[in-house]
Amino acid sequence: MTAALGPVGVGFRSRRRIPATIVACLVVLAVALLAVLLGPLLFPDATKQDILSSLMPAGSPGHPLGTDELGRDILALTVAGAASALVGPVCVAVGSMLLGILLGTLAGYERGPLDFAISRWTDLLLALPVLLAAIVVSGVFGGGYWTTVALLILLFSPSDIRIVRAGVLEQAARPYIEAAQMLSLSRWRVMFRHILPNVSSLVITNAMLNVAFALVAFSSLSFLGVGVPPGTADWGRQLTDNRAIMFDNPAAVIVPAVLIIAVACCVNLVGDWLGQRLTRSGGVA
Amino acid sequence: MLAVRVLGTAAILFVLSIIVFSMLHLAPGDLVKTLLGTRPASPEAVAAIREQYHLDDPLPVQYLRWLGGVLSGDFGESIRLQTSVSDAIAARLGLTLALCGLAFAIALAVGIPLGVQSAVRAGGVLDRAGTTLGVIGLSAPTFAVGLLLLYVFAYYLPIFPVYGGGRGPLDTLYHLVLPAVTLAAGLGAIVLKLTRTAMLRELDADYVTSARARGIPESRTRRLALRNAAIPIVTGASLLLTFLVGGTVLAETTYALPGLGTLLQDSVLFKDLAVVQALTLLVALVIAMIALLADLAYLMLDPRVRDQGGAA
Repeated sequence: MTAALGPVGVGFRSRRRIPATIVACLVVLAVALLAVLLGPLLFPDATKQDILSSLMPAGSPGHPLGTDELGRDILALTVAGAASALVGPVCVAVGSMLLGILLGTLAGYERGPLDFAISRWTDLLLALPVLLAAIVVSGVFGGGYWTTVALLILLFSPSDIRIVRAGVLEQAARPYIEAAQMLSLSRWRVMFRHILPNVSSLVITNAMLNVAFALVAFSSLSFLGVGVPPGTADWGRQLTDNRAIMFDNPAAVIVPAVLIIAVACCVNLVGDWLGQRLTRSGGVA
Repeated sequence: MLAVRVLGTAAILFVLSIIVFSMLHLAPGDLVKTLLGTRPASPEAVAAIREQYHLDDPLPVQYLRWLGGVLSGDFGESIRLQTSVSDAIAARLGLTLALCGLAFAIALAVGIPLGVQSAVRAGGVLDRAGTTLGVIGLSAPTFAVGLLLLYVFAYYLPIFPVYGGGRGPLDTLYHLVLPAVTLAAGLGAIVLKLTRTAMLRELDADYVTSARARGIPESRTRRLALRNAAIPIVTGASLLLTFLVGGTVLAETTYALPGLGTLLQDSVLFKDLAVVQALTLLVALVIAMIALLADLAYLMLDPRVRDQGGAA
Protein backbone atom coordinates (compact mmCIF):
# COMPACT_ATOMS: atom_id res chain seq x y z
CA MET A 1 0.00 0.00 0.00
CA THR A 2 1.27 3.41 -0.77
CA ALA A 3 0.70 6.36 1.46
CA ALA A 4 -1.44 8.01 -1.20
CA LEU A 5 -4.10 5.34 -0.94
CA GLY A 6 -5.70 6.12 2.36
CA PRO A 7 -5.99 8.94 4.80
CA VAL A 8 -3.05 7.75 6.87
CA GLY A 9 -2.69 9.73 10.02
CA VAL A 10 -6.11 11.37 9.73
CA GLY A 11 -7.87 9.00 12.08
CA PHE A 12 -4.72 8.43 14.04
CA ARG A 13 -6.14 9.05 17.47
CA SER A 14 -9.65 7.80 16.98
CA ARG A 15 -10.14 4.09 17.16
CA ARG A 16 -10.39 2.87 13.63
CA ARG A 17 -13.39 0.73 12.82
CA ILE A 18 -12.61 -2.89 12.20
CA PRO A 19 -13.37 -3.74 8.53
CA ALA A 20 -16.27 -6.11 7.88
CA THR A 21 -13.99 -8.69 6.26
CA ILE A 22 -11.87 -8.85 9.38
CA VAL A 23 -14.94 -9.21 11.59
CA ALA A 24 -16.11 -12.11 9.41
CA CYS A 25 -12.66 -13.71 9.66
CA LEU A 26 -12.61 -13.30 13.43
CA VAL A 27 -16.03 -14.98 13.64
CA VAL A 28 -14.78 -17.92 11.56
CA LEU A 29 -11.69 -18.21 13.77
CA ALA A 30 -13.82 -18.00 16.93
CA VAL A 31 -16.01 -20.86 15.68
CA ALA A 32 -12.88 -22.87 14.88
CA LEU A 33 -11.55 -22.14 18.36
CA LEU A 34 -14.84 -23.33 19.87
CA ALA A 35 -14.51 -26.55 17.88
CA VAL A 36 -10.97 -27.01 19.22
CA LEU A 37 -12.12 -26.47 22.82
CA LEU A 38 -15.46 -28.27 22.73
CA GLY A 39 -14.75 -30.91 20.05
CA PRO A 40 -13.50 -33.57 22.44
CA LEU A 41 -16.43 -32.91 24.82
CA LEU A 42 -19.12 -32.92 22.13
CA PHE A 43 -17.84 -35.92 20.21
CA PRO A 44 -15.69 -38.02 22.54
CA ASP A 45 -15.84 -41.07 20.26
CA ALA A 46 -15.57 -39.40 16.86
CA THR A 47 -12.97 -41.87 15.64
CA LYS A 48 -15.00 -44.93 16.62
CA GLN A 49 -15.54 -47.15 13.60
CA ASP A 50 -18.92 -48.63 12.77
CA ILE A 51 -18.77 -50.77 9.65
CA LEU A 52 -22.56 -51.23 9.60
CA SER A 53 -23.17 -47.57 8.82
CA SER A 54 -20.33 -47.02 6.37
CA LEU A 55 -20.55 -44.75 3.33
CA MET A 56 -23.85 -43.08 4.14
CA PRO A 57 -24.45 -39.97 2.02
CA ALA A 58 -24.91 -36.52 3.52
CA GLY A 59 -28.37 -35.93 4.94
CA SER A 60 -28.78 -39.43 6.35
CA PRO A 61 -30.71 -39.67 9.64
CA GLY A 62 -28.33 -39.26 12.54
CA HIS A 63 -25.45 -38.36 10.21
CA PRO A 64 -26.06 -34.90 8.72
CA LEU A 65 -22.83 -35.02 6.72
CA GLY A 66 -22.91 -38.78 6.18
CA THR A 67 -20.19 -41.27 7.12
CA ASP A 68 -16.90 -42.43 5.66
CA GLU A 69 -15.72 -45.88 4.60
CA LEU A 70 -15.16 -46.94 8.19
CA GLY A 71 -18.58 -45.67 9.26
CA ARG A 72 -17.23 -42.67 11.16
CA ASP A 73 -19.58 -39.71 11.28
CA ILE A 74 -18.16 -36.91 9.11
CA LEU A 75 -19.59 -34.11 11.24
CA ALA A 76 -18.16 -35.52 14.47
CA LEU A 77 -14.84 -36.35 12.85
CA THR A 78 -14.55 -32.89 11.34
CA VAL A 79 -15.35 -31.05 14.57
CA ALA A 80 -12.99 -33.31 16.50
CA GLY A 81 -10.35 -32.87 13.80
CA ALA A 82 -10.17 -29.12 14.39
CA ALA A 83 -7.91 -29.61 17.42
CA SER A 84 -5.36 -31.66 15.52
CA ALA A 85 -5.48 -29.34 12.50
CA LEU A 86 -5.13 -26.09 14.47
CA VAL A 87 -3.23 -26.70 17.73
CA GLY A 88 -0.09 -27.94 15.96
CA PRO A 89 0.21 -24.93 13.63
CA VAL A 90 -0.28 -22.46 16.50
CA CYS A 91 2.43 -24.27 18.48
CA VAL A 92 4.70 -24.13 15.42
CA ALA A 93 4.18 -20.39 15.01
CA VAL A 94 4.72 -19.65 18.71
CA GLY A 95 7.72 -21.97 18.98
CA SER A 96 9.43 -20.58 15.92
CA MET A 97 8.66 -17.04 17.14
CA LEU A 98 10.37 -17.73 20.47
CA LEU A 99 13.34 -19.35 18.76
CA GLY A 100 13.46 -16.43 16.33
CA ILE A 101 13.38 -13.86 19.15
CA LEU A 102 16.19 -15.59 21.05
CA LEU A 103 18.54 -16.30 18.14
CA GLY A 104 17.61 -13.22 16.11
CA THR A 105 18.21 -10.83 19.03
CA LEU A 106 21.50 -12.50 19.92
CA ALA A 107 22.68 -12.38 16.32
CA GLY A 108 21.62 -8.80 15.77
CA TYR A 109 22.89 -7.39 19.07
CA GLU A 110 26.03 -9.39 19.76
CA ARG A 111 27.22 -9.51 16.13
CA GLY A 112 30.61 -11.17 15.62
CA PRO A 113 31.11 -14.94 15.36
CA LEU A 114 27.74 -15.69 17.00
CA ASP A 115 25.96 -13.67 14.31
CA PHE A 116 27.97 -15.44 11.63
CA ALA A 117 27.11 -18.88 13.00
CA ILE A 118 23.41 -18.11 13.35
CA SER A 119 23.20 -16.53 9.90
CA ARG A 120 24.89 -19.49 8.21
CA TRP A 121 22.55 -21.82 10.09
CA THR A 122 19.53 -19.99 8.67
CA ASP A 123 21.11 -20.06 5.19
CA LEU A 124 21.42 -23.81 5.46
CA LEU A 125 17.83 -24.30 6.63
CA LEU A 126 16.57 -22.09 3.82
CA ALA A 127 18.38 -24.15 1.18
CA LEU A 128 15.52 -26.64 1.03
CA PRO A 129 11.80 -25.91 0.75
CA VAL A 130 10.10 -26.40 4.13
CA LEU A 131 7.61 -28.92 2.80
CA LEU A 132 10.25 -31.05 1.08
CA ALA A 133 12.50 -31.12 4.15
CA ALA A 134 9.52 -31.97 6.36
CA ILE A 135 8.36 -34.79 4.07
CA VAL A 136 11.83 -36.29 3.88
CA VAL A 137 12.71 -36.01 7.56
CA SER A 138 9.41 -37.10 9.05
CA GLY A 139 9.01 -39.78 6.38
CA VAL A 140 12.45 -41.31 6.83
CA PHE A 141 12.76 -40.90 10.59
CA GLY A 142 9.12 -41.48 11.36
CA GLY A 143 7.55 -39.54 14.14
CA GLY A 144 4.17 -38.56 15.42
CA TYR A 145 2.32 -35.34 15.94
CA TRP A 146 4.68 -33.56 18.31
CA THR A 147 7.77 -34.63 16.40
CA THR A 148 6.23 -32.95 13.37
CA VAL A 149 5.57 -29.83 15.47
CA ALA A 150 9.21 -29.74 16.60
CA LEU A 151 10.45 -30.32 13.06
CA LEU A 152 8.29 -27.52 11.66
CA ILE A 153 9.42 -25.13 14.43
CA LEU A 154 12.99 -25.76 13.33
CA LEU A 155 12.14 -25.31 9.65
CA PHE A 156 10.01 -22.20 10.19
CA SER A 157 12.49 -20.45 12.47
CA PRO A 158 14.86 -18.98 9.80
CA SER A 159 12.30 -16.42 8.65
CA ASP A 160 11.67 -15.35 12.27
CA ILE A 161 15.38 -15.20 13.02
CA ARG A 162 16.04 -13.03 9.96
CA ILE A 163 13.17 -10.66 10.67
CA VAL A 164 14.13 -10.20 14.33
CA ARG A 165 17.80 -9.81 13.44
CA ALA A 166 17.09 -7.11 10.87
CA GLY A 167 14.83 -5.27 13.32
CA VAL A 168 17.38 -5.48 16.13
CA LEU A 169 20.18 -4.27 13.86
CA GLU A 170 18.09 -1.23 13.03
CA GLN A 171 17.20 -0.51 16.67
CA ALA A 172 20.67 -1.13 18.07
CA ALA A 173 22.05 1.90 16.20
CA ARG A 174 19.57 4.28 17.84
CA PRO A 175 20.40 6.80 20.58
CA TYR A 176 18.19 5.21 23.25
CA ILE A 177 20.24 2.05 23.05
CA GLU A 178 23.42 4.05 23.39
CA ALA A 179 21.86 5.67 26.44
CA ALA A 180 20.95 2.33 27.92
CA GLN A 181 24.49 1.10 27.34
CA MET A 182 25.88 4.23 29.01
CA LEU A 183 23.82 3.42 32.08
CA SER A 184 25.68 0.09 31.96
CA LEU A 185 22.53 -1.93 31.95
CA SER A 186 23.18 -5.61 31.45
CA ARG A 187 23.14 -6.73 27.83
CA TRP A 188 20.20 -9.08 28.47
CA ARG A 189 18.24 -6.17 29.88
CA VAL A 190 19.04 -4.04 26.86
CA MET A 191 18.19 -6.82 24.45
CA PHE A 192 14.95 -8.03 25.93
CA ARG A 193 13.60 -5.05 27.89
CA HIS A 194 14.57 -2.24 25.55
CA ILE A 195 15.03 -3.56 22.01
CA LEU A 196 12.50 -6.39 21.98
CA PRO A 197 9.38 -4.25 22.62
CA ASN A 198 10.35 -2.14 19.63
CA VAL A 199 10.53 -5.06 17.23
CA SER A 200 7.54 -6.88 18.72
CA SER A 201 5.05 -5.71 16.09
CA LEU A 202 7.17 -7.25 13.33
CA VAL A 203 7.46 -10.45 15.30
CA ILE A 204 3.76 -10.73 16.08
CA THR A 205 2.73 -10.06 12.49
CA ASN A 206 5.11 -12.66 11.20
CA ALA A 207 3.89 -15.17 13.77
CA MET A 208 0.29 -14.68 12.60
CA LEU A 209 1.29 -15.30 8.99
CA ASN A 210 3.30 -18.31 10.13
CA VAL A 211 0.16 -19.80 11.67
CA ALA A 212 -1.41 -19.80 8.20
CA PHE A 213 1.69 -21.28 6.56
CA ALA A 214 2.05 -23.89 9.30
CA LEU A 215 -1.60 -24.84 8.89
CA VAL A 216 -0.98 -25.46 5.20
CA ALA A 217 2.27 -27.34 5.85
CA PHE A 218 0.73 -29.44 8.62
CA SER A 219 -2.33 -30.47 6.64
CA SER A 220 -0.14 -31.14 3.60
CA LEU A 221 1.99 -33.53 5.63
CA SER A 222 -1.11 -35.27 6.97
CA PHE A 223 -2.45 -35.48 3.43
CA LEU A 224 0.78 -37.15 2.27
CA GLY A 225 0.53 -39.60 5.14
CA VAL A 226 3.58 -38.49 7.12
CA GLY A 227 2.17 -36.04 9.69
CA VAL A 228 -0.41 -37.55 12.00
CA PRO A 229 -0.81 -41.30 12.52
CA PRO A 230 -3.67 -43.10 10.71
CA GLY A 231 -6.97 -43.13 12.58
CA THR A 232 -6.48 -39.63 14.03
CA ALA A 233 -9.25 -37.10 13.61
CA ASP A 234 -7.49 -34.50 11.45
CA TRP A 235 -8.62 -32.51 8.41
CA GLY A 236 -5.63 -33.33 6.23
CA ARG A 237 -5.83 -36.99 7.16
CA GLN A 238 -9.56 -36.98 6.38
CA LEU A 239 -8.86 -35.72 2.88
CA THR A 240 -6.36 -38.45 2.11
CA ASP A 241 -8.61 -41.15 3.63
CA ASN A 242 -11.72 -39.98 1.81
CA ARG A 243 -10.25 -39.24 -1.61
CA ALA A 244 -11.46 -42.62 -2.86
CA ILE A 245 -15.04 -42.12 -1.64
CA MET A 246 -15.39 -38.63 -3.12
CA PHE A 247 -18.32 -39.71 -5.27
CA ASP A 248 -20.07 -41.78 -2.61
CA ASN A 249 -20.07 -38.99 -0.05
CA PRO A 250 -18.70 -35.71 -1.44
CA ALA A 251 -19.18 -33.97 1.92
CA ALA A 252 -16.41 -36.15 3.38
CA VAL A 253 -13.92 -34.35 1.13
CA ILE A 254 -15.50 -30.98 0.50
CA VAL A 255 -16.14 -30.02 4.13
CA PRO A 256 -12.58 -30.53 5.44
CA ALA A 257 -11.07 -29.03 2.26
CA VAL A 258 -13.20 -25.89 2.50
CA LEU A 259 -12.49 -25.62 6.24
CA ILE A 260 -8.72 -25.77 5.73
CA ILE A 261 -8.91 -23.12 3.00
CA ALA A 262 -11.27 -20.90 5.01
CA VAL A 263 -9.27 -20.98 8.23
CA ALA A 264 -5.96 -20.40 6.41
CA CYS A 265 -7.45 -17.43 4.51
CA CYS A 266 -8.89 -15.93 7.69
CA VAL A 267 -5.62 -16.25 9.61
CA ASN A 268 -3.78 -14.68 6.67
CA LEU A 269 -6.22 -11.77 6.37
CA VAL A 270 -6.22 -11.08 10.11
CA GLY A 271 -2.42 -11.31 10.12
CA ASP A 272 -2.11 -8.82 7.25
CA TRP A 273 -4.56 -6.45 8.90
CA LEU A 274 -2.83 -6.71 12.25
CA GLY A 275 0.50 -6.05 10.57
CA GLN A 276 -0.75 -2.88 8.90
CA ARG A 277 -2.36 -1.68 12.10
CA LEU A 278 0.68 -2.33 14.25
CA THR A 279 3.18 -0.73 11.89
CA ARG A 280 0.92 2.28 11.35
CA SER A 281 0.42 2.87 15.04
CA GLY A 282 4.15 3.37 15.27
CA GLY A 283 5.48 0.14 16.75
CA VAL A 284 8.32 0.29 14.28
CA ALA A 285 9.16 3.50 12.53
CA MET B 1 30.15 -10.03 -4.71
CA LEU B 2 29.15 -12.72 -7.17
CA ALA B 3 32.16 -14.84 -6.27
CA VAL B 4 31.12 -14.73 -2.61
CA ARG B 5 27.61 -15.84 -3.58
CA VAL B 6 28.93 -18.75 -5.66
CA LEU B 7 31.27 -19.88 -2.87
CA GLY B 8 28.50 -19.60 -0.29
CA THR B 9 26.17 -21.66 -2.46
CA ALA B 10 28.87 -24.30 -2.95
CA ALA B 11 29.46 -24.44 0.81
CA ILE B 12 25.76 -24.92 1.54
CA LEU B 13 25.47 -27.66 -1.07
CA PHE B 14 28.53 -29.39 0.40
CA VAL B 15 27.10 -29.36 3.94
CA LEU B 16 23.74 -30.47 2.62
CA SER B 17 25.35 -33.39 0.78
CA ILE B 18 26.91 -34.54 4.07
CA ILE B 19 23.51 -34.35 5.77
CA VAL B 20 21.84 -36.22 2.92
CA PHE B 21 24.53 -38.88 3.00
CA SER B 22 24.18 -39.31 6.75
CA MET B 23 20.44 -39.84 6.33
CA LEU B 24 21.13 -43.43 5.30
CA HIS B 25 23.07 -44.09 8.50
CA LEU B 26 20.84 -42.09 10.83
CA ALA B 27 17.56 -43.61 9.66
CA PRO B 28 16.02 -45.80 12.34
CA GLY B 29 16.28 -49.54 11.86
CA ASP B 30 19.07 -51.76 10.62
CA LEU B 31 20.87 -50.26 7.63
CA VAL B 32 21.48 -53.61 5.94
CA LYS B 33 17.83 -54.54 6.31
CA THR B 34 16.78 -51.22 4.81
CA LEU B 35 19.11 -51.78 1.89
CA LEU B 36 17.93 -55.37 1.42
CA GLY B 37 14.34 -54.18 1.17
CA THR B 38 12.05 -57.15 0.58
CA ARG B 39 14.82 -59.62 -0.21
CA PRO B 40 15.47 -62.36 2.38
CA ALA B 41 18.32 -61.60 4.81
CA SER B 42 20.51 -64.63 4.18
CA PRO B 43 24.14 -64.32 5.36
CA GLU B 44 25.30 -64.27 1.73
CA ALA B 45 22.88 -61.49 0.83
CA VAL B 46 23.98 -59.47 3.88
CA ALA B 47 27.64 -59.96 2.95
CA ALA B 48 26.87 -58.97 -0.63
CA ILE B 49 25.12 -55.79 0.52
CA ARG B 50 28.01 -54.89 2.85
CA GLU B 51 30.38 -55.45 -0.03
CA GLN B 52 28.26 -53.55 -2.57
CA TYR B 53 27.83 -50.49 -0.34
CA HIS B 54 31.34 -50.70 1.16
CA LEU B 55 29.81 -50.60 4.62
CA ASP B 56 33.03 -51.83 6.22
CA ASP B 57 34.97 -48.76 5.10
CA PRO B 58 35.28 -45.77 7.45
CA LEU B 59 32.46 -43.24 7.07
CA PRO B 60 34.48 -40.45 5.38
CA VAL B 61 35.66 -42.93 2.75
CA GLN B 62 32.08 -44.07 2.23
CA TYR B 63 31.00 -40.47 1.88
CA LEU B 64 33.66 -39.62 -0.68
CA ARG B 65 32.85 -42.75 -2.68
CA TRP B 66 29.15 -41.84 -2.60
CA LEU B 67 29.85 -38.22 -3.54
CA GLY B 68 32.04 -39.36 -6.42
CA GLY B 69 29.17 -41.50 -7.69
CA VAL B 70 26.68 -38.66 -7.28
CA LEU B 71 28.90 -36.23 -9.17
CA SER B 72 29.11 -38.66 -12.08
CA GLY B 73 25.34 -39.16 -12.02
CA ASP B 74 25.32 -42.49 -10.20
CA PHE B 75 22.90 -42.35 -7.27
CA GLY B 76 22.85 -46.09 -6.62
CA GLU B 77 19.99 -48.57 -6.88
CA SER B 78 16.36 -48.14 -5.96
CA ILE B 79 15.37 -51.05 -3.75
CA ARG B 80 11.70 -50.50 -4.51
CA LEU B 81 11.88 -50.22 -8.30
CA GLN B 82 14.90 -52.52 -8.80
CA THR B 83 16.42 -50.07 -11.27
CA SER B 84 19.14 -47.47 -11.00
CA VAL B 85 17.98 -44.28 -9.33
CA SER B 86 18.98 -42.15 -12.31
CA ASP B 87 16.78 -44.28 -14.61
CA ALA B 88 13.85 -44.00 -12.22
CA ILE B 89 14.24 -40.22 -12.09
CA ALA B 90 14.79 -39.86 -15.84
CA ALA B 91 11.61 -41.83 -16.54
CA ARG B 92 9.52 -39.39 -14.49
CA LEU B 93 11.33 -36.12 -14.99
CA GLY B 94 9.49 -35.22 -18.20
CA LEU B 95 6.04 -35.25 -16.65
CA THR B 96 7.07 -33.11 -13.69
CA LEU B 97 8.85 -30.61 -15.93
CA ALA B 98 5.80 -30.40 -18.21
CA LEU B 99 3.51 -29.92 -15.20
CA CYS B 100 5.68 -27.22 -13.66
CA GLY B 101 6.22 -25.50 -17.00
CA LEU B 102 2.51 -25.42 -17.77
CA ALA B 103 1.67 -24.19 -14.26
CA PHE B 104 4.37 -21.53 -14.54
CA ALA B 105 3.04 -20.36 -17.91
CA ILE B 106 -0.53 -20.12 -16.59
CA ALA B 107 0.62 -18.31 -13.44
CA LEU B 108 2.60 -15.72 -15.43
CA ALA B 109 -0.11 -15.28 -18.06
CA VAL B 110 -2.71 -14.55 -15.37
CA GLY B 111 -0.63 -13.10 -12.56
CA ILE B 112 1.34 -10.39 -14.36
CA PRO B 113 -1.52 -8.69 -16.31
CA LEU B 114 -3.79 -8.94 -13.27
CA GLY B 115 -1.05 -7.54 -11.04
CA VAL B 116 -0.43 -4.62 -13.40
CA GLN B 117 -4.13 -3.81 -13.69
CA SER B 118 -4.57 -4.09 -9.92
CA ALA B 119 -1.75 -1.63 -9.36
CA VAL B 120 -2.99 0.79 -12.04
CA ARG B 121 -6.46 0.91 -10.55
CA ALA B 122 -5.49 0.30 -6.93
CA GLY B 123 -8.54 0.08 -4.70
CA GLY B 124 -10.84 -0.63 -7.64
CA VAL B 125 -13.12 -3.59 -8.20
CA LEU B 126 -10.53 -5.58 -10.12
CA ASP B 127 -7.90 -4.86 -7.48
CA ARG B 128 -10.16 -6.05 -4.69
CA ALA B 129 -11.13 -9.17 -6.61
CA GLY B 130 -7.47 -9.80 -7.39
CA THR B 131 -6.41 -9.31 -3.77
CA THR B 132 -9.14 -11.67 -2.56
CA LEU B 133 -8.13 -14.31 -5.11
CA GLY B 134 -4.51 -13.76 -4.14
CA VAL B 135 -5.18 -14.38 -0.46
CA ILE B 136 -7.09 -17.56 -1.28
CA GLY B 137 -4.36 -18.72 -3.65
CA LEU B 138 -1.65 -18.03 -1.09
CA SER B 139 -3.44 -19.65 1.84
CA ALA B 140 -5.17 -22.61 0.23
CA PRO B 141 -3.12 -25.81 0.32
CA THR B 142 -2.54 -27.23 -3.17
CA PHE B 143 -4.19 -30.54 -2.37
CA ALA B 144 -7.37 -28.90 -1.02
CA VAL B 145 -7.70 -26.81 -4.19
CA GLY B 146 -6.92 -29.89 -6.25
CA LEU B 147 -9.57 -32.04 -4.58
CA LEU B 148 -12.21 -29.34 -4.97
CA LEU B 149 -11.34 -28.84 -8.66
CA LEU B 150 -11.31 -32.60 -9.10
CA TYR B 151 -14.81 -32.80 -7.71
CA VAL B 152 -16.17 -29.95 -9.82
CA PHE B 153 -14.60 -31.16 -13.06
CA ALA B 154 -15.32 -34.82 -12.56
CA TYR B 155 -18.89 -34.28 -11.49
CA TYR B 156 -20.36 -31.10 -12.91
CA LEU B 157 -18.13 -30.29 -15.88
CA PRO B 158 -16.61 -33.53 -17.12
CA ILE B 159 -14.37 -31.97 -19.76
CA PHE B 160 -11.00 -32.81 -18.24
CA PRO B 161 -9.66 -36.23 -17.25
CA VAL B 162 -9.23 -36.44 -13.50
CA TYR B 163 -6.68 -39.19 -12.92
CA GLY B 164 -3.46 -40.46 -14.43
CA GLY B 165 -0.85 -39.15 -16.82
CA GLY B 166 -2.30 -40.13 -20.20
CA ARG B 167 -0.57 -41.65 -23.24
CA GLY B 168 1.26 -39.72 -25.92
CA PRO B 169 2.34 -36.07 -25.72
CA LEU B 170 -1.02 -34.46 -26.52
CA ASP B 171 -3.02 -36.72 -24.23
CA THR B 172 -0.48 -36.08 -21.45
CA LEU B 173 -0.83 -32.34 -21.91
CA TYR B 174 -4.60 -32.75 -21.74
CA HIS B 175 -4.24 -34.75 -18.52
CA LEU B 176 -1.98 -32.07 -17.09
CA VAL B 177 -4.40 -29.16 -17.49
CA LEU B 178 -6.22 -29.60 -14.17
CA PRO B 179 -3.11 -30.33 -12.08
CA ALA B 180 -1.37 -27.35 -13.69
CA VAL B 181 -4.30 -25.05 -12.92
CA THR B 182 -4.22 -26.32 -9.32
CA LEU B 183 -0.51 -25.54 -9.01
CA ALA B 184 -0.94 -22.24 -10.82
CA ALA B 185 -3.44 -21.06 -8.19
CA GLY B 186 -0.74 -20.72 -5.55
CA LEU B 187 1.98 -19.74 -8.02
CA GLY B 188 -0.18 -17.11 -9.69
CA ALA B 189 -1.06 -15.61 -6.32
CA ILE B 190 2.63 -15.08 -5.56
CA VAL B 191 3.24 -13.59 -9.03
CA LEU B 192 0.22 -11.32 -8.61
CA LYS B 193 1.39 -10.09 -5.23
CA LEU B 194 4.97 -9.46 -6.40
CA THR B 195 3.79 -7.69 -9.56
CA ARG B 196 1.24 -5.54 -7.77
CA THR B 197 3.67 -4.41 -5.07
CA ALA B 198 6.45 -3.67 -7.57
CA MET B 199 4.14 -1.85 -9.98
CA LEU B 200 2.60 0.26 -7.21
CA ARG B 201 6.05 1.42 -6.20
CA GLU B 202 7.09 2.18 -9.78
CA LEU B 203 3.88 4.02 -10.67
CA ASP B 204 4.49 6.22 -7.66
CA ALA B 205 8.00 7.13 -8.86
CA ASP B 206 8.96 10.54 -10.19
CA TYR B 207 9.83 9.33 -13.68
CA VAL B 208 6.26 8.09 -14.18
CA THR B 209 4.85 11.45 -13.10
CA SER B 210 7.19 13.27 -15.44
CA ALA B 211 6.46 10.88 -18.31
CA ARG B 212 2.76 11.47 -17.81
CA ALA B 213 3.30 15.24 -17.56
CA ARG B 214 5.09 15.19 -20.89
CA GLY B 215 2.10 13.52 -22.45
CA ILE B 216 3.75 10.19 -23.16
CA PRO B 217 0.95 7.70 -23.85
CA GLU B 218 -0.19 5.83 -20.76
CA SER B 219 0.48 2.42 -22.35
CA ARG B 220 4.11 3.36 -22.97
CA THR B 221 4.50 4.74 -19.46
CA ARG B 222 3.15 1.49 -18.07
CA ARG B 223 5.55 -0.52 -20.18
CA LEU B 224 8.39 1.58 -18.77
CA ALA B 225 7.16 1.00 -15.23
CA LEU B 226 6.75 -2.74 -15.82
CA ARG B 227 10.34 -3.02 -17.03
CA ASN B 228 11.54 -1.49 -13.80
CA ALA B 229 9.13 -3.60 -11.81
CA ALA B 230 10.59 -6.72 -13.45
CA ILE B 231 13.59 -6.71 -11.12
CA PRO B 232 11.81 -7.51 -7.86
CA ILE B 233 9.53 -9.92 -9.74
CA VAL B 234 12.49 -11.87 -11.10
CA THR B 235 14.38 -11.89 -7.82
CA GLY B 236 11.23 -13.35 -6.27
CA ALA B 237 11.63 -16.35 -8.56
CA SER B 238 13.22 -18.48 -5.84
CA LEU B 239 10.05 -17.94 -3.81
CA LEU B 240 8.08 -19.39 -6.72
CA LEU B 241 10.42 -22.34 -7.00
CA THR B 242 10.15 -23.13 -3.29
CA PHE B 243 6.40 -23.19 -3.64
CA LEU B 244 6.59 -25.24 -6.82
CA VAL B 245 8.64 -28.03 -5.21
CA GLY B 246 6.15 -28.69 -2.42
CA GLY B 247 3.22 -27.96 -4.69
CA THR B 248 4.18 -30.48 -7.32
CA VAL B 249 4.42 -33.28 -4.74
CA LEU B 250 0.90 -32.43 -3.56
CA ALA B 251 -0.57 -31.89 -7.03
CA GLU B 252 0.89 -35.13 -8.40
CA THR B 253 -0.37 -37.06 -5.38
CA THR B 254 -3.84 -35.53 -5.67
CA TYR B 255 -4.16 -36.38 -9.37
CA ALA B 256 -2.20 -39.66 -9.21
CA LEU B 257 0.36 -38.49 -11.78
CA PRO B 258 3.52 -40.57 -12.24
CA GLY B 259 6.02 -37.72 -11.75
CA LEU B 260 8.92 -36.94 -9.45
CA GLY B 261 6.59 -35.79 -6.65
CA THR B 262 4.83 -39.12 -6.38
CA LEU B 263 8.22 -40.84 -6.77
CA LEU B 264 9.44 -38.91 -3.71
CA GLN B 265 6.32 -39.64 -1.70
CA ASP B 266 6.33 -43.37 -2.52
CA SER B 267 10.06 -43.61 -1.83
CA VAL B 268 9.70 -41.83 1.52
CA LEU B 269 6.86 -44.09 2.62
CA PHE B 270 8.74 -47.19 1.40
CA LYS B 271 12.04 -45.95 2.92
CA ASP B 272 13.72 -46.26 -0.49
CA LEU B 273 16.52 -44.03 0.72
CA ALA B 274 18.70 -43.89 -2.40
CA VAL B 275 15.85 -42.26 -4.32
CA VAL B 276 15.06 -39.86 -1.44
CA GLN B 277 18.72 -38.84 -1.24
CA ALA B 278 18.95 -38.24 -4.97
CA LEU B 279 15.76 -36.19 -5.17
CA THR B 280 16.64 -34.10 -2.10
CA LEU B 281 20.05 -33.27 -3.54
CA LEU B 282 18.63 -32.50 -6.98
CA VAL B 283 16.04 -30.11 -5.54
CA ALA B 284 18.69 -28.36 -3.43
CA LEU B 285 20.92 -28.05 -6.50
CA VAL B 286 18.13 -26.69 -8.72
CA ILE B 287 17.07 -24.16 -6.07
CA ALA B 288 20.64 -22.99 -5.54
CA MET B 289 21.14 -22.63 -9.30
CA ILE B 290 17.89 -20.71 -9.80
CA ALA B 291 18.78 -18.36 -6.93
CA LEU B 292 22.14 -17.68 -8.58
CA LEU B 293 20.47 -17.19 -11.97
CA ALA B 294 17.99 -14.78 -10.41
CA ASP B 295 20.94 -12.75 -9.14
CA LEU B 296 22.47 -12.80 -12.62
CA ALA B 297 19.15 -11.83 -14.19
CA TYR B 298 19.08 -8.94 -11.77
CA LEU B 299 22.41 -7.81 -13.15
CA MET B 300 21.13 -8.11 -16.69
CA LEU B 301 17.81 -6.37 -16.10
CA ASP B 302 19.25 -3.32 -14.43
CA PRO B 303 21.24 -1.31 -17.01
CA ARG B 304 23.04 0.64 -14.27
CA VAL B 305 24.44 -2.51 -12.67
CA ARG B 306 24.99 -4.12 -16.09
CA ASP B 307 27.07 -1.27 -17.47
CA GLN B 308 29.11 -1.04 -14.31
CA GLY B 309 29.84 -4.76 -14.62
CA GLY B 310 30.78 -4.30 -18.28
CA ALA B 311 33.14 -1.44 -17.51
CA ALA B 312 34.92 -3.18 -14.68
